[in-house]
Amino acid sequence: MPIFFAKRLFQALIAIFGVMTLIFFLQRLAGDPVLLLVPMDASQADVDRMRIALGFDRPVAIQYLEYIGNLMFFDLGRSYVQNIPVAELIWTRVPYTLMLAAGALVVAFGIGIPVGITLAIRRGRPIARLLSALVLAGQSMPTFWSAILMIMVFGVWLGWAPPSGARELSSIVMPSIALGLLSMATFARVARTAVLDELEKDYVRTGHAKGLPMRRIIFRHLLRNASIPVVTVSALEIANLLAGAVIVETVFAWPGLGQLTIQAITARDFMVVQGVVMLGAITAIGLNLVADLLYSLIDPRIRMGAGS
Amino acid sequence: MSAQPQSVAPTKPTRSSNIPWAALPFLIIITAMVLLALAAPLVAPVDPNTQNLLARLKAPGTVSRGVTYILGSDELGRDVLSRLIYGARISLFVAFSSVLLSGTLGSILGMIAAFYRGWVEIVIMRLVDIVLSVPAILFAIITVAVMGPGLVNVVIVLALTRWPRYARVAYGQTLSVANMPYVRLSHFMGASWLRLLGRHVLPNIAGSLAVVATLEFGLMVLFEAGLSFLGLGVQPPTASWGAMLSTGRNYVATAWWIATFPGLALFLLVLSINLIGDHVRDRLDPKAR
Repeated sequence: MPIFFAKRLFQALIAIFGVMTLIFFLQRLAGDPVLLLVPMDASQADVDRMRIALGFDRPVAIQYLEYIGNLMFFDLGRSYVQNIPVAELIWTRVPYTLMLAAGALVVAFGIGIPVGITLAIRRGRPIARLLSALVLAGQSMPTFWSAILMIMVFGVWLGWAPPSGARELSSIVMPSIALGLLSMATFARVARTAVLDELEKDYVRTGHAKGLPMRRIIFRHLLRNASIPVVTVSALEIANLLAGAVIVETVFAWPGLGQLTIQAITARDFMVVQGVVMLGAITAIGLNLVADLLYSLIDPRIRMGAGS
Repeated sequence: MSAQPQSVAPTKPTRSSNIPWAALPFLIIITAMVLLALAAPLVAPVDPNTQNLLARLKAPGTVSRGVTYILGSDELGRDVLSRLIYGARISLFVAFSSVLLSGTLGSILGMIAAFYRGWVEIVIMRLVDIVLSVPAILFAIITVAVMGPGLVNVVIVLALTRWPRYARVAYGQTLSVANMPYVRLSHFMGASWLRLLGRHVLPNIAGSLAVVATLEFGLMVLFEAGLSFLGLGVQPPTASWGAMLSTGRNYVATAWWIATFPGLALFLLVLSINLIGDHVRDRLDPKAR
């Protein structure tokens, strides 16, 4: 186990390092990185002064080492537009995005899992057909459209929830549902497949043979085994939820990281964009790692396979 | 809950005919959208960018200056239906070209990784892992922040972030095919690697790649709309469903039609593609049912 753990951790570190390097070279892909940091109408003299002030006149190798070094100590740089450290700016927004992601996870899990189980055990029945049509619809529904429809119907026409912003507690309901719908479909699919796989196993037949009621077989025995893939997918879905938050936050004017990013792009505040993307990438890689470790903890067979 | 054991026993799928009747309506939707997009200048009632400030935010069915706004008009008095038809062009063009680019790039890299093994394999597949572990929208955001928004840049962004999907499938499939006796024989007979991969490996893995491409196509339509919605994709005044939705969001209280119709079009297109994709996958891989 420790060897597997160390190996997987090392892989994650390599991945983070890789993402940092990708972003570094991406900045230089379009030409002069200084142009990303100055206003559109800056004069050539200003650009040159900025280049020297920020150290972009030095060899690329040195810039790269400094860049990696700063990131190692969690220094995301300064926002040149707002003139405050990027980390500070990000920190004020993190709670909102986390709240939104948590709400969405509750929606996705709370609806997706029961739906998935129903799809599996009522396979072929009208209820399963209806639910699977709904799941497919949920999967094909663009988040920004379902969000706008919700604002239109519940926010404007019925007036049940505030249409946007984050001033009241009830503000979080609609963004959570909008963000959770897509993951709901994923959870339903995974739960369905997992339960279907388990239904074919011998212990289910044994349960039938000794006369256990179906309810008991499912709740006492089957769900425990079927939970393995669901747990893994949960960790990966959180990463998707955080990414999807960019759009949902924009629609609902929710003051989280996504909104910050889009505002930063519009204001040409490149350091902030880079900081958020870096944070998102590291979180996603971390969640991937957690998913793998959870999987191997619950099901030791994975560990053996990974060693080869 | 008193389900009988019989109800959970795996039922045999009955296939009486080979014609996918259930998928037919969705095939028709996709075909119709493709045709409308191709023939946009012929079928659109008016020019999508013609403004009529006297007919701003008019409800569906309004007539102004001899033009009937069948699906209403937007905040600059442009015809929503015409913009919808021209928007289909953008959606389909971006999805098609990005799938083509990322599919080609990913398939080639995946096959090469499986074929050459060694450090080539390590570099390519590690890169695949890295790109896949980070949500694509993050890469898209930083790339747009660097290169600026625009139609061509959206295609490039999508191609650069989505190729690992194909690479992973091509890699796995090639590994199993490359060891088949006939491939090895061909290798011994002196066939070049280009011939080996092109003639012997590619035809065998094309089916799996096609399934990935179909499912990716729907995702790419959503991605383009999402980026344009955020203002990172196709720029105004070009009609794009995502950009139309973004405008519509500002008028939810006064003009419901601006956001409703492009959203509906997007939903129908993606739903149809996903259903067809599921169907193709079920055909090729009955286990996934």
